[in-house]
Amino acid sequence: MTGQPMVKAEGVHKSYGAAHILRGIDLEVQNGEVFCLVGPSGSGKSTFLRCINHLERIDGGRLSVDGELVGYKQKGDKLYELKDSEVAVQRRDIGMVFQRFNLFPHMTALANVMEAPIQVKGESKAVARERAERLLDRVGLGDKMGNYPSQLSGGQQQRVAIARALAMEPKLMLFDEPTSALDPELVGDVLDVMRDLAESGMTMIVVTHEMGFAREVGDSLVFMDGGVVVESGNPRDVLTNPQQDRTKAFLSKVL
Amino acid sequence: MTDKISKEPAAAPSGSTPSGLPYEAIKAIPVRHYGRWVSAVVVVVLLGWLVYAFSQGDVVWATVWDKVFDPSVIDGMWNTIIISISAMALGLVLGIVFAVMRLSKNPVTGAVAWLYIWFFRGTPVYVQLLVWFNLSLIFHYINLGPIYKNETVDVMTPFMVALLGLGLNEGAYMAEIVRAGIQSVDEGQTEAAHALGMSSTKTMGRIVLPQAMRVIVPPTGNEFINMLKTSSLVSAVQYTELLRASSNIGNTAGAVMEMLFVASIWYLALTSVFSVGQYYLERRFARGSTRNLPATPFQRVKKNLTTFKRSPEAKA
Repeated sequence: MTGQPMVKAEGVHKSYGAAHILRGIDLEVQNGEVFCLVGPSGSGKSTFLRCINHLERIDGGRLSVDGELVGYKQKGDKLYELKDSEVAVQRRDIGMVFQRFNLFPHMTALANVMEAPIQVKGESKAVARERAERLLDRVGLGDKMGNYPSQLSGGQQQRVAIARALAMEPKLMLFDEPTSALDPELVGDVLDVMRDLAESGMTMIVVTHEMGFAREVGDSLVFMDGGVVVESGNPRDVLTNPQQDRTKAFLSKVL
Repeated sequence: MTDKISKEPAAAPSGSTPSGLPYEAIKAIPVRHYGRWVSAVVVVVLLGWLVYAFSQGDVVWATVWDKVFDPSVIDGMWNTIIISISAMALGLVLGIVFAVMRLSKNPVTGAVAWLYIWFFRGTPVYVQLLVWFNLSLIFHYINLGPIYKNETVDVMTPFMVALLGLGLNEGAYMAEIVRAGIQSVDEGQTEAAHALGMSSTKTMGRIVLPQAMRVIVPPTGNEFINMLKTSSLVSAVQYTELLRASSNIGNTAGAVMEMLFVASIWYLALTSVFSVGQYYLERRFARGSTRNLPATPFQRVKKNLTTFKRSPEAKA
């Protein structure tokens, strides 16, 4: 894996009022990599993920996707905030899957997947529909296209959400605890779709508590706690042979 | 129809368990609600007494029935419908605009919206109507430079006065209703739309507002029915709507109460028609929010008849 990294974070800080959530995150996500973020709740992993597509604004450091600063532009040695419309353009290439699915409840599964290509890229209905059908087929929901989200199980909703993000043909996919809101028996279907996506070469950043998935599919793993990166490396090494005490303590509870 | 009705409940008792074993359906005698029968009789008697009392009163009912379809009453009714729908449409548009402005990050638009709502909710609509009516006291001309110029008195027809007076007042109330609707939509929806690269405008128009409608429609129906009746105030600005048209007849014919009853009959009729419309509008916007849409009143009546018909079977 050569060339510039897909995501590069240098000393990223983020506070909510007095709460200092991210205290200097440095990491690189390479092209085509499955990058897992693990750690206890409140460690800042979800916040960091949301900074990558500028759902949250960073207060310090530098964060870039595919060589382009997120949410800011640099002219000389000054940073300028991007306008909302410019941020929207940056977000087109970054797909995101949420813990609570956030499907549009007033639209069918098919319409959910067609919405962004039509509204954002100005694609024709026919083209968007053709791709949406293919994507829903790919996530195993070819027979549920006409269903509204409330008529789908959690696992099915999350797979529609993945298809919806893929419809924008992103170069990077962010997963924010995609299986945490699911019944245990439904987790597998969603992980299968993610595994399939990883095999197709998609760059993925996954905040997860599924250590099995991280070990099996992940290329890199970062353990975060208290807003900093505690330990990082190959998932199989970090998970089986952690070096830091905090990592050991965390893993002993979740494994 | 009868066929279909008797099939549905019958399907379950004669059915079988997934394993294929037949089971015996429960045949119980339903709880008897004698209290309901008694109270229904009491209500009917009271109502009957009330109707009788009115019929024996010093009111010439013949005049009421005679004048219900009087051409000038019908004209007034149409005017009431026209002004109510136009003012409501203006109010809805203004409401959406000012609600979005109120929630905007821009402090100037936020303050402007706040000021608008504060003023138009805070002063009587009657006063607002009269101010529009007498606008020429303040602005003698309406002058939009090279585009348009006219005397204010000519522009401010009774309809324009009524539309602006009622519409701008309604806009202030609608703004608060729309704002409540927008705020009822989960923030995750906005995030998801933004994450897909949708602009704020698209997010509002395609994702947030359609979902907010579910919360917006019921109070808006309320507002509209209020509007039907509040529109009677515009007779003060020379707009002849239902109430004015009726009492004009009443005053000359010496049948004041009779004509007020005539107007009330029409108000009740209009309210009923628009309530039905509201019901189906609510159903339309409930799509996706419930797994199965609730039954329409027609379907419910059908179902009640079914249970009514089924009871003799259950006893047998």
